[in-house]
Amino acid sequence: MILLVALAGGAGAVARFVVDAELRARRAGTFPLPVLLVNVLGSLLLGLLTGLVRDGADDAWRLVLGVGFCGGFTTFSTTTVDTLRLAQRGEVGRAVGNALGTLALTLAAACAGLLLAGSVG
Amino acid sequence: MHACPGYRRPVPTAQHRDPRFLALVATGGALGTLARWGTAHVLPPAGSWPLATFAVNVAGSFLLGLLLEALLRRGAEDAGRAALRLGLGTGFCGGFTTYSSFAVEVDGLLRDGSAGGAAVYALGTVVAGLLAALAGVALAGARHRESRA
Repeated sequence: MILLVALAGGAGAVARFVVDAELRARRAGTFPLPVLLVNVLGSLLLGLLTGLVRDGADDAWRLVLGVGFCGGFTTFSTTTVDTLRLAQRGEVGRAVGNALGTLALTLAAACAGLLLAGSVG
Repeated sequence: MHACPGYRRPVPTAQHRDPRFLALVATGGALGTLARWGTAHVLPPAGSWPLATFAVNVAGSFLLGLLLEALLRRGAEDAGRAALRLGLGTGFCGGFTTYSSFAVEVDGLLRDGSAGGAAVYALGTVVAGLLAALAGVALAGARHRESRA
């Protein structure tokens, strides 16, 4: 199980790296929207997994796809450093928007995932 | 060149299509994930407060701030610095910290009827993470100035 969680975490990190780089290559601007998107998608998936396991699915799904993949895919450190960089550059509004926007949208996504699990479970 | 250091992550080149860099991100991400999972085992929740996620997110923000600032102050990115940034930063720190668990835990506190606890945990993590990242950036800057003095 340890190996599976580690592999899934590595796969999640690679998926984040590729999604972030591809999206940033396609758009201008300084707002770190790609990482925000990654965090929202990962939170939706973890909410869904958490709900499915709560409703009786095997906990191995939560460990491998949740702790492993979603944990490796989403990142708190990058969001935080991006927020700090925006603030240091004087873009305080965008810094606050990134910090609180990520918090609000990931929370909504996690909640949506749990609700979705309730409706399919 | 460093009048306004590092305010944007480098515009991506084809690094994300290079198998060596992908392998570094995967390895760092796997190790970061294991470190996060291990932390969850040694730091169980204190009541309903998710201590482990708080700890990894704050520690990982400090490490990423320290790493990126240290690399930035060494000048233009060469292959070795790219490997460090991608393996330790994108891979390890990214895999070590997590936004998805954080969001699901905040949601859980709200569901338990603890709106105050949810707000303290959510905003406390965001603010502590920012202060930790700032401390990492400042430490890297101070060490760099020392080494040049």
